[in-house]
Amino acid sequence: MEKIGKYKEWKPDLWRVPSACGLSGFINRDGGLVSGEVIIDSMRVMNERGNGLGGGFAGYGIYPEYADYYAIHIMFESQEGKHACEKLLEDNVVLEKMEEIPKETSERITDPPILWRYFCKPRVEKILECGKSEDDFIVDLVMSINTSVPGSFVFSSGKNMGVFKAVGFAEDVGEFYRLGDYRGHAWIGHTRFPTNTPGWWGGAHPFNILDWSVVHNGEISSYGTNKRYLEMFGYKCTLLTDTEVMAYLFDLLIRKHRLPIEIACAVMAAPFWKDMDSAGEEERRLYESLRAVYGGALVNGPFAVIVGFSRGIIGLNDRIKLRPLVAAEKDEYLYISSEEAAIREICPKPDRVWAPRAGKPVIGMLKDGV
Amino acid sequence: MDGVRQASRSEEEVKVAELDARGIHYKELNEKIRSLIESGYEEIVLNGVNGQRYIGDGLVHNVRIVINGVPGNDLGAFMDGPRIVVNDNAQDGVGNTMNSGVIVVRGHAGDVIGYGMRSGKIFIRDDVGYRTGIHMKSYREQVPVIVVGGRAGDFLGEYMAGGIIVVLGLSSDSKDLVGHYTGTGMHGGVIYLAEEIDESKLGSEVRIFQADKTDIERLNALLAEFSDLTGLDVSKVDPRSFVKLLPVSHRPYGNMYVY
Repeated sequence: MEKIGKYKEWKPDLWRVPSACGLSGFINRDGGLVSGEVIIDSMRVMNERGNGLGGGFAGYGIYPEYADYYAIHIMFESQEGKHACEKLLEDNVVLEKMEEIPKETSERITDPPILWRYFCKPRVEKILECGKSEDDFIVDLVMSINTSVPGSFVFSSGKNMGVFKAVGFAEDVGEFYRLGDYRGHAWIGHTRFPTNTPGWWGGAHPFNILDWSVVHNGEISSYGTNKRYLEMFGYKCTLLTDTEVMAYLFDLLIRKHRLPIEIACAVMAAPFWKDMDSAGEEERRLYESLRAVYGGALVNGPFAVIVGFSRGIIGLNDRIKLRPLVAAEKDEYLYISSEEAAIREICPKPDRVWAPRAGKPVIGMLKDGV
Repeated sequence: MDGVRQASRSEEEVKVAELDARGIHYKELNEKIRSLIESGYEEIVLNGVNGQRYIGDGLVHNVRIVINGVPGNDLGAFMDGPRIVVNDNAQDGVGNTMNSGVIVVRGHAGDVIGYGMRSGKIFIRDDVGYRTGIHMKSYREQVPVIVVGGRAGDFLGEYMAGGIIVVLGLSSDSKDLVGHYTGTGMHGGVIYLAEEIDESKLGSEVRIFQADKTDIERLNALLAEFSDLTGLDVSKVDPRSFVKLLPVSHRPYGNMYVY
């Protein structure tokens, strides 16, 4: 398409860069599979929101032939790190398949780390030994690799899904990873304009643990509180970017503590005390209890996030909507994005377009039985 | 020029240029618009617009720009004179700090509409997002106006120093006419609402009053213009039942940081 060339000719470093991160995501609630090209097309419209220091995607339903295996994507800074990491993997999991993640050579994505993926299951004896669930075992393994194996970072660890991220503009990252070769029922994408933290490969979005992936526009000013809170549950923040806590919070609150999605969102984007006071008695008690129990999981600061997981996608804003978020529906599709144009690029005539309210999640789930 | 179809509406002798904006980066698009204006075109129709930013920004000409598609952020920022019509929805930052002219959106618009606006008019047919009309200001005959056909999100008219905002609550399935923190820090201008709202939604710097005779005349004129430009039927709207929000202090923070 001519458009790609046009955008690429523009040199952002010659200008003031009026940027912010850009998000887009969609789900086919019937489970129908869509090429990764579609999310690239959506993200390309928001090129302006990024500055080339991070782009990434997560696709769901993309590995049907290995649907029962954890798909572990890892970036390595050196062959030594890779060997050390693979040793650790072999001790803990049964590897069904391991391979380099397919990619294009690209002039615009430079100096990539070594990128491999491992389809695996935890070793039965290890599970029996630790007495944990397979999911918890994998979380521990990811934390262990990220904290103790030099230059090795797990950036995707769910089943039948995968995260693909790099330093670059989102559309270039998508082409680098050949996302057009994958088909998924849900996709989320991100283009990054890093503000407070380095623009490195591990710091690109989405941030992932198990099948939870988060793309984020904003700044989490409660990062320190959230990080310490998560450490009590064994999560270790190693990726030098605030958004990492959101992925672990969703895993903790929804998978481990089995909170309904709406309640988990009311923990992270908690209602203000004045709104609790004006709510009914039952609601007030609920929100007060959530504040008391989950104060350390309250996420403060401006944010718009899209979260992907095996059954759906969630869009959520901070409590006073300090970052943009738009949603749209067309038949079985739900779309969420930073800009309406990014939705209209891939869905020209939605049935409905609306602006989600601050702190109120937009949720798109696979239909029952899909 | 490449990709430009030329025409003229003979009855008015208006020179019209039509431009296919599909896939064109905003910088190139805005350069084309400027060069068409310099070539004497008085109306520019942009087709296939999707997400291009800064359309019409800083233009000081007597020109009409028709946008078919969804324009990107900061439509008509710093604009001083042109008339823009969007035959679709618009995004964030419409009319940012605009100085004069008219922007009509025949759909909804995003957040921060008319930020720091100094004069001119913005007519949004449907809903607007958060922070509409914040920091608007007026000076003598320079009085900015925003009319919203649907509802408005939180922080409407926050820190408003002058000008007029009208919210009609039509064409919207939501019951709440405005969100929370309406008029917080407001110290000039007026916000008209088609119905009474709960005081809990207001910032502490504003109070609710009934619209008086002067208000009703002003509203009738604005409603007629709004309906004409957006195509929305306002016949069910009765300005006599409107309320207005006025600031209770000209300098609400006059004593802040002074002790």
